[in-house]
Amino acid sequence: MEAHLQHLLNAVVLGGTYALLGIGLTLIFGIMRVVNFTHGELYTFGAYMAYMLAGMMGLNFFMSLAMAAVLGMALGALIEFTLLRPLKGADIDTTMLVMIGAGIAMQAGEQLVWGGVAKSVPSPFPTEPVVIGSVSVGMNRLFVLGVALLLLGGFYLLINRTKLGVAMRATFQDPDTAALMGVNRGLMYTLTFALGSGLAATAGALLGPIFVVTPTMGDLVALKAFAIVILGGLGNIPGATIGGFVLALAEEFGAGYLSSGYRDAMGFILIIAVLIVRPQGLFAMKERIG
Amino acid sequence: MTTRLLPWLFVLFMAVGPLWLGDQYILYVLTSTGIFIIGAMSLNLLLGYTGQLSLGHIAFFGIGAYTSALLSLGFDLDLGGAEPFVLGPQPVWVAFLGGILVAGLFGFLIGKLAFRVRGAYFVIVTISFAQVMRMVALNWVDLTEGPMALNNIPPLSVWLPWDGVIPLYKKEYNYLLVLAVAVVCFLVIQRLVQSRVGRALVALRENESLARSVGIDVTRYLVVATVIAAGMAGAAGGLYTHYIRIVDPDVFMFIYTVTMVIMVVTGGKGTLAGPIVGGLAFGILPEVLREVARPEVQWIIYGVAMIVVVFFLPQGIVPAVKNWFAGRRKRLAGTALGLRKETSA
Repeated sequence: MEAHLQHLLNAVVLGGTYALLGIGLTLIFGIMRVVNFTHGELYTFGAYMAYMLAGMMGLNFFMSLAMAAVLGMALGALIEFTLLRPLKGADIDTTMLVMIGAGIAMQAGEQLVWGGVAKSVPSPFPTEPVVIGSVSVGMNRLFVLGVALLLLGGFYLLINRTKLGVAMRATFQDPDTAALMGVNRGLMYTLTFALGSGLAATAGALLGPIFVVTPTMGDLVALKAFAIVILGGLGNIPGATIGGFVLALAEEFGAGYLSSGYRDAMGFILIIAVLIVRPQGLFAMKERIG
Repeated sequence: MTTRLLPWLFVLFMAVGPLWLGDQYILYVLTSTGIFIIGAMSLNLLLGYTGQLSLGHIAFFGIGAYTSALLSLGFDLDLGGAEPFVLGPQPVWVAFLGGILVAGLFGFLIGKLAFRVRGAYFVIVTISFAQVMRMVALNWVDLTEGPMALNNIPPLSVWLPWDGVIPLYKKEYNYLLVLAVAVVCFLVIQRLVQSRVGRALVALRENESLARSVGIDVTRYLVVATVIAAGMAGAAGGLYTHYIRIVDPDVFMFIYTVTMVIMVVTGGKGTLAGPIVGGLAFGILPEVLREVARPEVQWIIYGVAMIVVVFFLPQGIVPAVKNWFAGRRKRLAGTALGLRKETSA
C-alpha cells in the first residue's frame, strides 16, 4: 500500500511538468498547425538559462526561474518571426521540416556553447525530504508541482477568461473570420508560439535542479510531449493536461511494477494502445481548445 | 537515347572511378554513403511518392541490422518454456535475407497500425516506433547484448570464379556490393513507381479522398509501399551490420532518420534521382567539413541547410535542375526561332 501511495505521489509530481510541456505543444499545434520540433530544445534552453543565471551568475533561484521563462518566450517569438512567419500558408510537412532543421541547429548550438559535460543548477531547498505519513517527497519536487499547478491554472484563466484568450480561441476556430473581426492574426501566432515556448523553458528551468542539464536532455522530453499530445488529441488543452498525468502514472507504475528499463517506452506503448482502441485520441470529442 | 544511357554511365563511373583511385578512406566514405542512399531511396518511396512523412524509418534499418547480425551469429532465446529456443549461426546470406524479411514484416505491422492516422499523428507514431525499438535493443540484453553491442559479426561472402567463396573483408568488394544492391533497389523502385501501384500511390498523395472515390484501396497501397520500403531499409541495415561488423542500440537514433530525410528533401522527394543526389551531397559533405569544422558546427550547418533548402529549393535539387534545363532549352529554341525570323525577313 505504501508503495502504491509513493508511486502515486511521484506520478503526480512528474505529471505536473509533463502537463506543462504537453499544453505548450498542443497549443502551438492547435492554433498554428505546426508540429514544433524545437519544443525539446526550448526546454533545454530554459534549463541552461537557469544554470547560467543561478549557477554561474549567482542570482536568486526564483528570479532566475522567472527570467528563464521570459527568455524562453523571447526565443520562441524570434523563431516564429524568422522561420514560421515567412512560411504562412505552407503545408504541415514543410513547417515540420523547417522545425526539425531548427531543432538540430539549436541542439548543436547548445552543445557548442555549453559543451557536453552535464551541468547542475543549485537548488535553494533543503535536501531533507518532507515525510507525510508513510510517503516522502523532496521539497524541490513539491515546489515544482506547486509552480506547475499554478501555471496550469493561470493558463486556463488566460485562455477562458481574458480577451486575449478569446482572440486565441477565435483564431483557432476560424483564422479568416477572426482576422475580419479585428484580431491581429500575426500577433496571435507570435504570442502563441512565445507562450508555448515559455512553458517549455519554464519546465526545463524547474527540472534543472532535480536532474542534470545536458544538451540532449530535450530529446526524450520532446518525444514524451508528443506522446502526451497524441494521448489527449492534438490541439486539445484539457486532453494534454490529463495526458501529462496519465503518462506520468503509466511511467511510475510501469517502472515500479514491470521493468524500470522500459520506463521511457511507456508513453509509446500507451500511444500504440490508444491508436488501436481510439485513433482520434483519448479525449478528442472534436478538435477544440479551451 | 542519351537519357536512357546516362544512369548506366553513372553506375559504370561509380563502379570504376573509386576503385581506380584506390584510396581506402574514400572507399569507406562512399560505402557508408551508399548504404545511407539505399535507406534514403526507400524512405523516398514513402515520403516522396505516398507523401507520408515517416520519421521512424531508421527503425526498419535497425531491425534489418539486428536480425541479420543475430541470425549470422546464432542466438538462444528463453521464451519461458522448459527449453530455451536455440538457433545456431546461419549462413550470412540467409541472415541477410532474414533481415529483409523481418524488416518487411515490421513494415506490414506498423503500416497497418500507423495508417489509421494521418499527418502529424502519423509522424509522431512513426517516431515513437523507432524509439520503442531503441528501448528494446537497449533492454533485451539476453538477445541484443544491450549497450554492450553485438560484436564479431561475420562479413557477407561472395562466390568468385577464381577464388571460390570468400568473406568480404576487403573494402573494394564491399563497395561494389553496396553499389549493386543500390542499383537493384533503384530498379525495383523505378518499376514500382511506373506501374499501376505507383500511379495509385501518387494519386493518393495528391488527393486521398479523390483516390478513394475512384476505388483505390488507400490503406492497402500504403501498406504495400511501407513493406517494400521497410524491406529495402532492412537490406541497407544488413549491409551496414556486416560491413561495420558491430551493431549497438544507437543505430536507432532519430538523427539518422533525419539524415535520410535531409537527403531525400534536398535531392528532391518524389524523384528517382533525388535521394542519390541528396545522399551523395550529404554523405560527402561531412567528410569535407571535418577538416574545417567541429561536429557541432557540422550539425548546425546541416540544420541550417535543411531550412535553406525548404525556403529556397522547396522541390529539391533534381526538379530545380530539370526546370532550369527545360527553361534553357525553351529560351534557346526561342532565340533560334527569332533568328530564323530575322533572316527570312
